[in-house]
Amino acid sequence: MFSDLLKQLVESGILFRAIWETVYMTLLSTLIAYIIGLPLGVILSVTAPSGVRPIPWLNRLLGVIVNIFRSIPFIVLMVAMLPVAKLVVGTSLGNAAMVVMLVIAAAPYIARMVESSIKEVNAGVIEAAQAMGTSQFRLITRVLLPEARPSLVVGAVISTVTVLGYSAMAATIGGGGLGAIAITWGYQRSKEDITWVCVILIVIVVQVMQEVGMRIARRIDKRARQ
Amino acid sequence: MIEIKALTKTFHTRTGTLTALDNINLSIHDGEIFGIIGLSGAGKSTLVRCINLLERPDAGEVWLDGRDLMKLSNRELLEVRRGIGMIFQSYNLLEQRTVLRNVLFPLEISHTPRDKARERAKELLELVGLADKADAYPSQLSGGQKQRVAIARALATQPRYLLCDEATSALDPNTTASILELLQVINRTMGVTIVVITHEMAVIDKICHRVAVIDKSHIVEMGAVNEVFANPQSDIARELILPHVKTTASVRGGPRVRLVFNGESSYSPVVSNLVLECGVPVNILFADTKDLDGKAFGHILLELPDDPRQSGRVIAWLDRNHPSYSLEVQ
Repeated sequence: MFSDLLKQLVESGILFRAIWETVYMTLLSTLIAYIIGLPLGVILSVTAPSGVRPIPWLNRLLGVIVNIFRSIPFIVLMVAMLPVAKLVVGTSLGNAAMVVMLVIAAAPYIARMVESSIKEVNAGVIEAAQAMGTSQFRLITRVLLPEARPSLVVGAVISTVTVLGYSAMAATIGGGGLGAIAITWGYQRSKEDITWVCVILIVIVVQVMQEVGMRIARRIDKRARQ
Repeated sequence: MIEIKALTKTFHTRTGTLTALDNINLSIHDGEIFGIIGLSGAGKSTLVRCINLLERPDAGEVWLDGRDLMKLSNRELLEVRRGIGMIFQSYNLLEQRTVLRNVLFPLEISHTPRDKARERAKELLELVGLADKADAYPSQLSGGQKQRVAIARALATQPRYLLCDEATSALDPNTTASILELLQVINRTMGVTIVVITHEMAVIDKICHRVAVIDKSHIVEMGAVNEVFANPQSDIARELILPHVKTTASVRGGPRVRLVFNGESSYSPVVSNLVLECGVPVNILFADTKDLDGKAFGHILLELPDDPRQSGRVIAWLDRNHPSYSLEVQ
């Protein structure tokens, strides 16, 4: 019932390498995107009018930039950012370039996730910390981020799954992963079984990431049960 | 000593300007428990936040131990705040930290060496009776226990002042009583000056030495708790202290007198003597008295018979035997 091509993909290890490529591109891109997105999200939340250090012009400026990047469809963003990839990793093709694209797309998304997590922190707790003479820097590092931690982890899980979705488009710039297999082998050669196998594998990867992430989030949240 | 001079605070909202505090003047002496009472929206929470400048007044001065807080740099202000503990109605504990690490928080902020900080935190948990809960998380505690942790945390840096913003308003009467007792112990044994914000007269009554009554952004009355209690001058104080008088139904429509007890011996049975000696029945409409070391404080509202001869006799008796009474206007 399966095509010979699918058997070949499995036997040659190409399919397994694709799974690994998807996982690694996703995790690496998300990680790098957090290096940009986390501070950006913190700045967005603390400089907001209701934040602990309102700076309206900075907040508006960053907000506009984030919104611009978030409103461009990923496929268009990829094409537009080809020169950037070339500048950063020396090539506009392949997995390395794809990671650059994913970081550019994910960082603003992550910034918004982080911003909303931090805004959930109980205003009374912030006030109590301020009353104790907590400096603004320590308020961020010792109160806002630790108190938002479970919500930040949930955000990270959602962001990772979103990045995984984007990574399936890697084939358009010659990258690998399950998405590339589905397009180049399944779609272009009309082998439906390959497409379906890729879809199922992607679903499994998403489920595993989601489940592991949510378990971590539940475990570290000290607010309820136990 | 905390001194507030000509303090004014307004909030600018979308719907207009709101004056929260208008020309507030008060001094809080070292070692006392000072109460600030008012209905919700009266401005009392804003007032207490002006003491540590969580709210910055628009005008006026806030002096703490001879320093004008409004003139301090940010860094100096952080330092001053470490000398003023604060507790809240909603406890505001760090929910992702254990009880012990909550108490450690202000010590981390003030760069106390780790060993010393742990020792101090454990001492404080002992003081508030929660040593066995050191490794619990706030979500595992009851409201009263959370407030005890908050108190321990507020005292960690050995502040000379403790601000309590409706600290017992979310607690049941028994828990409230035990928290108030703890505050009294802290005041007596550690010499911490305590400022209590509340809308409950019972809280003021139980632990405060002096009280300021705040209404519509103004202080309308201030003085020793006994005096304000025995003889409230402002309408709002009367309403807070005597909340039930208004709803008392008239039984016979005669004149009413209010007997005020302001430290007389609580062993003399005034009402019984009055009835026996005048031979006139009276109706007790309301009574709220308490015994402090054999002295009576509070008041009793009596309704006298309709007959002017009978009521006249009672009033004459009161003139002779219990001059601190007043005829109530109906």
